Amino acid sequence: MMSGAAMVVEALKDVGVTHLFGYPGGAVLDIYDALYAQDFVKHVLVRHEQGASHMADGYARATGKTGTVLVTSGPGATNTLTGIATAYMDSIPMVVLSGQVPSMHIGEDAFQETDMVGCSRPIVKHSFLVKRAIDIPKAIAQAYYIANSGRPGPVVVDLPKDIVNVQDSHPYVFPDDVTMRSYNPTLKGHSKQIKKAVASLIKAKRPVLYVGGGSIASEASEVVTELAERLQAPVTSTLMGLGAFSSVHKQFIGMLGMHGTLEANKSMHNADCIISLGARFDDRVTNNVDKFCPHADIIHVDIDPASISKIVNAHIPVVGSVKTVVEQILALLAEQDLSGQSEKLADWWGQINEWRARKCLDYDQGDTVIKPQKVVEAVYKHTNGEAYISSDVGQHQMFAALYYPFAKPRRWINSGGLGTMGFGLPAAMGVQFALPESCSVVITGDGSIQMNIQELSTCLQYNLPIKIICLNNRALGMVRQWQDMNYKGRHSHSYMDSMPDFVKLTEAYGHIGIKVDTLDQLDDAMARCFAEKERLVFMDIAVDQNEHVYPMQIKYGAMDDMRLSKTERT
Amino acid sequence: MRRIFSVLMENAPGSLSRIMGVFSQRGYNVDSLCVAPTSDQSLSRLTIITEADDKVTEQITKQVNKLIDVLRVAELTTSAHVERELMLIKVATLTEVARAEVKRNVDIFRARILDVTSQHYTIEITGTSDKLSAFSDVMGQCAEITESARTGVCGLSRGDRALRP
Repeated sequence: MMSGAAMVVEALKDVGVTHLFGYPGGAVLDIYDALYAQDFVKHVLVRHEQGASHMADGYARATGKTGTVLVTSGPGATNTLTGIATAYMDSIPMVVLSGQVPSMHIGEDAFQETDMVGCSRPIVKHSFLVKRAIDIPKAIAQAYYIANSGRPGPVVVDLPKDIVNVQDSHPYVFPDDVTMRSYNPTLKGHSKQIKKAVASLIKAKRPVLYVGGGSIASEASEVVTELAERLQAPVTSTLMGLGAFSSVHKQFIGMLGMHGTLEANKSMHNADCIISLGARFDDRVTNNVDKFCPHADIIHVDIDPASISKIVNAHIPVVGSVKTVVEQILALLAEQDLSGQSEKLADWWGQINEWRARKCLDYDQGDTVIKPQKVVEAVYKHTNGEAYISSDVGQHQMFAALYYPFAKPRRWINSGGLGTMGFGLPAAMGVQFALPESCSVVITGDGSIQMNIQELSTCLQYNLPIKIICLNNRALGMVRQWQDMNYKGRHSHSYMDSMPDFVKLTEAYGHIGIKVDTLDQLDDAMARCFAEKERLVFMDIAVDQNEHVYPMQIKYGAMDDMRLSKTERT
Repeated sequence: MRRIFSVLMENAPGSLSRIMGVFSQRGYNVDSLCVAPTSDQSLSRLTIITEADDKVTEQITKQVNKLIDVLRVAELTTSAHVERELMLIKVATLTEVARAEVKRNVDIFRARILDVTSQHYTIEITGTSDKLSAFSDVMGQCAEITESARTGVCGLSRGDRALRP
């Protein structure tokens, strides 16, 4: 027998939660009291609930485990909504436990009352409003099962204060079985579809593997690599898929899409067979859907049937987890003689290497002014490519994606679908909590970092030695780039007149700040930064304000209609 | 094209709002909605009428099916099905002529008069949506319609096809 609050904590233990990112308040005081009495679940006190949601998200992205958030009712709950939407768009497993006013006051506009289930409905995979204390263990068990099975996503569990009252006592029964008759995700691909996919892949003379976040979510890196190597086919990746297939592998042709490489977008446009592995043909990939990959047979592998043929019609749809489906494909390929494959694809690779030779990521190195690309390359050098890179949203995000090759999955932590500024720092904190020995780096900008900068205080409380690399261009770089390109350089509200002194600000929070103004200081400063193993370092790096991210697709065009620099087009 | 979606879902709080949420957030219309528990009280059956082309129909089916509370979704118009709607209609019958004319049409349409007062008839009619609309037009011609309420369509596939949990 135990109280509802104790049941919440007990159930979290039983599902294996190690970290809880949260902020106390009236409606969850009983749960906080129960947390006080134990040390299994480590609670992290954040400074803003949005930070908690991104920390749980970063924790989940780095490990594949479900991230957990605990907040109070009303503003505590609504402050997590951006984090929930971020996780939802990128299919990240997360459980948000929100306090609620006592059941008898629901609907009375009580103090700190919000209909959290209603507010979060369009951005959650599922939600629970728990009405009886004895239902707590089952609701929590099911929440974690739903969050981290099928296509993962965030789940909200709303807990009215009366059911978690520490005075009451109820029997605690953790369910043996959490399966639900209405929820049975399909993991294995239909054998007929697998046969068709294999036939199409074998027939292809110009195949491309198009790898997305689903390849990471299903832990499919090894089998995807094996498939690529068996077929000897080029591999491109979405922003979300980076690292699922090593970016330093010779068959990797770079990220595709709006800021994809020339060779990736050209290969997609000219391919005769595209196999999409856990990607969703996002508008940041396809450009004009009517002109998308006109010659290709499209094999679309996705665990979510609703993703298939939503944007682009799939010729061979395969519903299933990427890992399982690729294993099925490999099993059939094992019976095939693929010895002629390299000869068959020789012309294709010849063509791709011509596109590669254009070196679309080359940039003007600058003399004294620091180019943002240069900073990312320096981070790569000083971390030996082994860091966990969290990013915010904007130009710096694209520079990080393009200039820091990820050799392993789960190393690239960014808000791809929702594009949430302010995501980077708390996400990197989630990474550092999950993997204390890892090198957790934030690549951010002067706009994004200010959206959750209060978490520097949390970093001090928990001694997180995060490295913050701020590409400071005194402007909202991506907005400014679009204004340069599409609005005749009218920089409407894309700059800030009164930037804080980031070094002093960092020091005020108890960390180390380093300012870098010229190129000749960069390497030494970077070395100093990464030599600080025990402390958080904030590098405020002044970068070229006028730099644009290239390549960039031209709106309404095909995938391979691109600007390659301010003056060159394909 | 007019489509009829039939949905079998958990009879749980919030289930209906989740389904309606999918329609509103993805920009699909709801022309009519009919919902009630089934013979198994733990399940509810919804019938939704909407206008959609083939691509949108496929998306609605998949997106609704994706909801955790939903067990089955079927679109009924692509195969043989039956559909019915119920309407209650109250007409003002102030004259002898109007009363006679209303009664005559009630018989023709096989409707039923449920309630009679000195000045009103309340009539029940079931049938396809077209039949109900036709009856409503006729009532408007022979008497003054005071108010009416329609349930929205509910439908089932013909033969042994069924939405089973």
